[in-house]
Amino acid sequence: MVTIVREIAREKGLHFRVAVIHSEIPRDVVRRHLHARRIRALPPSPPLTEADIGAATHIVGMMGVEPIQQALAAGAQIVVTGRSSDTSIFAALPLMNGYDPAVVWHMAKILECGAAAVAVRTAPDSMMAVLHEDSFDVFPLREDYHCTPQSVASHTLYENADPFELKEPSGTLRTGNARYEAISDRAVRVSGSEFVHDPEYTIKLEGVRQAGYSTILMGGVRDPYILAHLDSWLFQLDDNIKTRIRNTVGEQPYEIVTRVYGRDGVMGALEPQRGVGGHEVFILWDVISGSQELSRAIATSISHLAVHNPIPKWHGLISGVAFPYSPPEIDRGPVYEFHLNHVLLPDRPTSLFRTEYEEL
Amino acid sequence: MATLGDLAKLVRSKNAGPFWLTIDIMFDDADAYRRARDAEIINRAAIARLYHRIPADIIVVNHDAALAIKVSFPRPQSSGSKQDSDVYGGQQYAPLLGLEVPG
Repeated sequence: MVTIVREIAREKGLHFRVAVIHSEIPRDVVRRHLHARRIRALPPSPPLTEADIGAATHIVGMMGVEPIQQALAAGAQIVVTGRSSDTSIFAALPLMNGYDPAVVWHMAKILECGAAAVAVRTAPDSMMAVLHEDSFDVFPLREDYHCTPQSVASHTLYENADPFELKEPSGTLRTGNARYEAISDRAVRVSGSEFVHDPEYTIKLEGVRQAGYSTILMGGVRDPYILAHLDSWLFQLDDNIKTRIRNTVGEQPYEIVTRVYGRDGVMGALEPQRGVGGHEVFILWDVISGSQELSRAIATSISHLAVHNPIPKWHGLISGVAFPYSPPEIDRGPVYEFHLNHVLLPDRPTSLFRTEYEEL
Repeated sequence: MATLGDLAKLVRSKNAGPFWLTIDIMFDDADAYRRARDAEIINRAAIARLYHRIPADIIVVNHDAALAIKVSFPRPQSSGSKQDSDVYGGQQYAPLLGLEVPG
């Protein structure tokens, strides 16, 4: 990102001060806060442990407005940030200029996805907001787009669990009593939200750990006799795989995730309809273990065992899976999973974030 | 009897962060919204039954200004983790479409 800024500056002959704010937090810093009991879990996650910190490949903190404001106060004309809340980017400057936090944060929430808050969006585009003392007006820049009170109100739904409680590092925006009025055929005035400052300033942590190395295998089944007893066919296959692996590679940890499209491949544990409805299924096996070699070896075993997995109906060696590719195994490399869903109480809003300045 | 799928302008699901799933049921006009809202077919018990979740974990919000009903609950597994089958949570709304709306 900074390289792009440098290139544009050079090509256009522009000169300005750039601030680069890093959001990666060293593990030791997270550990120090854990020991000081300054880290809390967010639902549905359990409390953070030393092991979680050790396992994280990277940990970032989601910055609020303060590091951005510090950079602006230091004369930066361009600020490039690491992880920041979507809203902080828009809220930093107007809050510095003394606008009402409730108006500013609500405005920032509406602007964060650009033209997502218009009535009919055919392609991504920009939005404009005008701040007043106790309200803001919002409208799209593209002339054939328009906002309605409903389209603007709806944007509080987007990617949030609760549209009336929007959490920021310094407090919570409450939009439950907000009013949305059309002031033209394309602009909407928003007022009436409240911003409640929290007694504690919190920074949300995000982090992943490596889950292992993945090899996938995919194939289809069309035989109605297999489909009629798919669960027992899969159960028997799983049993055979376990035995084969125990006898070949021994007791090394691994996991096989089997997704059956045509049954519950899309929704998994959330699927209310059980059983196969159609005339074919697509099966995706994902093998995850501590090394790529082991995952691949297990996937290769699965392909052999699956294709010849017998059913009571047929006598003799069957070929029960259609593989679209040969070899059917595909290495996916290292795979990761989110495991941090916690907030950290920093010494100061800016203390976790390191800023570098560059004169271009 | 009309279903939620018939009445809604848009039903969508999405992640609300990597650990939560959220479903928006949006309507074109206030009558359709009020009909679905007042029928109280979207409630914690109904969602818990459809999605095999615990009622206490489920948030249901009626958003009058947006003419929308919102449902949120923790994902059974975080986005992109080994067991997850929908990284962005985009295809988790279908079970709601067939709910019948009296009135």
